Amino acid sequence: MTQDVMLLSIILLLVPMLSFLINIFFGDKLGRLSGIVGTTILGIDLGLAIVVAFTKLVSHADLFIIQNKIEWFNIGSIKIVVGFGVDNIAAIMLVVVTLISFLVHLFSTVYMEGDRRFPKFFAYLGLFTFSMLGIVLANNFLIMYIFWELVGISSYLLIGFWYEKKSASDASKKAFITNRIGDLGFFIGIMILFMTYGSFMFEDVFAGISSGLMPFNSSTMLTLAGIGIFMGAMGKSAQWPLHVWLPDAMEGPTPVSALIHAATMVAAGVYLVAKVFAMFTADALTFIAIIGTITAFIPATIALTQTDFKKVLAYSTVSQLGFMIMSMGVGGYTNGFFHLVTHAWFKAGLFLASGSVIHAMHHAMHHMKDHHSDPQDINNMGGLKHTMPWTYRTFLVVTLALSGIPLTSGFLSKDGILAGTLAYANLTGGWHWIIPIMGFASAGMTAFYMFRLTIVAFHGEPKTEIAKHTHENKAQIVLPLVILTVLSFWFFYSPNPIDASKGWFHASVTQPQTAVPAAYQWDFLISEKAAPAASQHLSESSHGETGQIAEAGSHSTGHYLNKLQEETHHFHLLAMILSLLIAGTGIAFAFAIYQFKVISADNLEARFKALHNFSLQKWFFDELYKATVIAGILGISKALSWFDTYVVDGIVNASAYLTRGYGKFVGLFDNIVIDGAVNLTANTTGYLGSKIRKIQTGQVQSYVVFVLLGLLIILYFFI
Amino acid sequence: MEIGLTHYLFISAILFSLGLYGIITRKHAIMVLMGLELVLNAANINFIAFARFGGMNIEGHIAAIFVIILAAAEAAVALAIVLNIYQNFRHVNIDEVDNLKG
Repeated sequence: MTQDVMLLSIILLLVPMLSFLINIFFGDKLGRLSGIVGTTILGIDLGLAIVVAFTKLVSHADLFIIQNKIEWFNIGSIKIVVGFGVDNIAAIMLVVVTLISFLVHLFSTVYMEGDRRFPKFFAYLGLFTFSMLGIVLANNFLIMYIFWELVGISSYLLIGFWYEKKSASDASKKAFITNRIGDLGFFIGIMILFMTYGSFMFEDVFAGISSGLMPFNSSTMLTLAGIGIFMGAMGKSAQWPLHVWLPDAMEGPTPVSALIHAATMVAAGVYLVAKVFAMFTADALTFIAIIGTITAFIPATIALTQTDFKKVLAYSTVSQLGFMIMSMGVGGYTNGFFHLVTHAWFKAGLFLASGSVIHAMHHAMHHMKDHHSDPQDINNMGGLKHTMPWTYRTFLVVTLALSGIPLTSGFLSKDGILAGTLAYANLTGGWHWIIPIMGFASAGMTAFYMFRLTIVAFHGEPKTEIAKHTHENKAQIVLPLVILTVLSFWFFYSPNPIDASKGWFHASVTQPQTAVPAAYQWDFLISEKAAPAASQHLSESSHGETGQIAEAGSHSTGHYLNKLQEETHHFHLLAMILSLLIAGTGIAFAFAIYQFKVISADNLEARFKALHNFSLQKWFFDELYKATVIAGILGISKALSWFDTYVVDGIVNASAYLTRGYGKFVGLFDNIVIDGAVNLTANTTGYLGSKIRKIQTGQVQSYVVFVLLGLLIILYFFI
Repeated sequence: MEIGLTHYLFISAILFSLGLYGIITRKHAIMVLMGLELVLNAANINFIAFARFGGMNIEGHIAAIFVIILAAAEAAVALAIVLNIYQNFRHVNIDEVDNLKG
């Protein structure tokens, strides 16, 4: 039975690869059909994913993970074991990835219509889906890393899909290089763990850590390994200070932004943190929480002033990813992952809606023969509410979800995260109170900028002729919007619209037992499990097949209570009221400024000119990196170039000169001394020969005389 | 005066010296060979004389016969060489045959 699940998972993983292969090799022949082929294949994949997820979550809820492993190869005595596995979060992610991928495929059949490289687009989407599913199914660091890079390359291909545009090709390079910086840390982290525990498998590493074995016998190295792995997540999930690539990645086609840069790939970092959550020490978690908090806050302030439709959404994505990471960092595992899933639906919905708007703007511009206006500038929109009613309705609902208004999924997850940060700050105290304060501030700004976007783009009078001529799009574009909107309501996750903790999601996604020894762990994360109870629980579920770890699940909450969860429950109501108040204030401000114009936006802008500019220019991060990192690297390059030209070349030239001089000297020595000696010998011999040859007369009789003389001499001496 | 070993050796020495003189001074190759025969026969006289007066006995005779055989063989080979010299140079003047001159 479990083997069937594994088989299905492998098929599920390979099916999108089929789409890639078909579209890359036969795309030109298929032409417009390639979109339909890709969509159909992803539809099948979605079906498989639902079957796998359902089987895992319902039939095998007692197993922590269903997995298989094989020995890939040996290096000396080291065995490299790899495999795939489905645990609860993987099962949920499978559905998230395949469903959004399917909807994006469907959306793209219309959105990308008429593009020169239409089949290639679907090929790349297939490649991306394959790689993403690989990350989801990996049960070891090696496979995870391989697919991690594959996702990076598909993201690169898709951001630079319109590579004729300089900005697009630049953005793809920026994304790839920024990700590489994070991946370097990821690799170092993996290698620290592999050096110590001799295995890439998550379970082996966790078992090694919980046995008390520390990398290089130091808990600091374990923290560093955790931070290294988290750096991979920082790159992929666009965490500050590596967040700069994500807004630029909006140069890619909008469906790509929805699939990769809003819902799935950028969530891979959060997913990674969730997968290896058990190995983070308290210090590593604090680091994660700080990075997450900064990432939640800074991009939210940037999004306040952006005028590009997609840029606002991009910064909002970064900010929300910050929320998820922050939640992971404070120990709110379940809520962080919950926010990942709910955010995936409504952010994909937002991006597809923005795609719908941009598509309509493009059409209108094409119709009016206008090729200069910016179809993504919200100041060119306005009044779209009437021309595009379905897009407006769906956009409004997902905006409410993102702002965290009750009855939406976003409310459930964001509320959980904020309650978690409050609980964390209360338990640890001190400067940690900054985390919930910045979290709430970011939530307020989120509500404000989302409603600013909605009001400026959709409400009021059309600001340009283009906006007046927009029309609602075809069903292939509207249908995905509607589906994603429906998924953004609360009832999908929990019957109670204000509390998700009793829903199926929280029952399925439970915080894993931490592997880190108690000394290096926040004491509130250490479960108060009694040892006998634990062993009893393990023996109960050890009837399963070998290689499957019994789940330390919520079914026995009594034994596995942890203080944070308890505290989160206490703060639930407070967090809910606070976040509602703050979100409400944000929305009210947005309406006051942009809808009813009670407060003049221009006045505000003039009064806070410096602040406004700071936000508009994105905190000058790009400029900062240009001035520090890029200028630094260029400076180093220049210095190295100078060093090469003058020092290295100088040394080479000098040694060449010296060698030549020496060669000349040796040549002279050869010519004069050695040749002289040789010639002298030869000449002397020749001279002597010419003298001695005279005795060789050739006359036999003279020889006889010599013989005789010789004989006489011998006789004289011897006798 | 009784004829003893000394006389034989004296005759033999004269014969040897004559032969040597012939070998060294004659221009004609045949003459040189004849000088050579004299040298060999001087040796023969010595052998026989030693066989008679010294302690050599029969061995002296055998050696003398060996020398005669050797002389015959030598004459055959040497005459063949002289014939070849004649075929190459159209004369047998040994002092003009100096192709090996250094």
